[in-house]
Amino acid sequence: MKTTTKLWLGIVGLVVLSPLGLLLPEHFKAGDAWGEWGVDTFKELVGYVPRGLQKLSSLWSAPIPDYAFKGWEEKGLGSLSLAYIASAAIGIIVIVCLALLIGKFLSRKGQS
Amino acid sequence: MHIPDGYLGPATCGFFYAVMLPIWTAASRIVKKTLNLRQVPMLAIGAAFSFLIMMFNVPIPGGSTGHAVGGVLVAILLGPWAACIAITVALVVQALLFGDGGITAIGANCFNMAFVLPFAGYYVYKAISYRAPIDSNRRVFAAGIAGYIGINMAALLAGVEFGLQPLLHHTANGQALYCPYGLKVAIMAMAGEHILIFGWVEAVVTALVIKYLLKTSPELLKEGRR
Repeated sequence: MKTTTKLWLGIVGLVVLSPLGLLLPEHFKAGDAWGEWGVDTFKELVGYVPRGLQKLSSLWSAPIPDYAFKGWEEKGLGSLSLAYIASAAIGIIVIVCLALLIGKFLSRKGQS
Repeated sequence: MHIPDGYLGPATCGFFYAVMLPIWTAASRIVKKTLNLRQVPMLAIGAAFSFLIMMFNVPIPGGSTGHAVGGVLVAILLGPWAACIAITVALVVQALLFGDGGITAIGANCFNMAFVLPFAGYYVYKAISYRAPIDSNRRVFAAGIAGYIGINMAALLAGVEFGLQPLLHHTANGQALYCPYGLKVAIMAMAGEHILIFGWVEAVVTALVIKYLLKTSPELLKEGRR
């Protein structure tokens, strides 16, 4: 098997395993990453919500926020894991297309 | 390490976009000269791998989470400039599609994770593996140390960027406008957790993949010189 084929299979394997990145922090009651808290958390952390932060934080509303589908927040870990896998797959498809386009555009022609 | 919208003030966001523009331009120019057409799939695999490995949040029980970036690995295989492009693609998609990292902070996040991380890691790898035979374990060791140093440089920088905000922007009564934590707290937190935990995750991931590739396809490591 060609190396790139093996690596692609590795990528697929990682997609399937990706919910570990959701379930392990949940299991060990780990909170948000440092410096990636939601706006509401600031009241507990420092007693107020920084004004500029509040304004800028809602600047962009991502279509799949935090690798979960909108409206699925209340669903169980099973559904969230599925959404996580779907997010990984969607992200990879977009990234691979972009990288291949950029690569084709940038690579030296006729050297293959 | 993905700085969200609102944590950095406009001056910092603008500054890092301005710094990244010439870096992105240089990266395209240099990659255009050095990338072979048959290396293009590796560029895509590298970007996809970096995106994916960042989804594997590693918990500090009862505390926070963090993750590897995979960028040093991409830099060892394709060179730091191609790695810069691959990681930038991953970070932009994370910000736009998944709200992971702010769109105003893309410049800063790319400076930390798509520029400093692969370059620092790449040169550490080159230095330690200098003249090592292709099947030498010194290359595996070099890859691990390179991953550790690369991600820690990026984390330290993110800490500095967070920590400068209360100095740059605050109200008359001393309330911060953006990130409320100063240099000491931010650097301690960001550098500390990466030195102790997440840096080792990056080290192990980088070393293991390099070990595997040295055994199965050493030609990849002979090619990735630039």
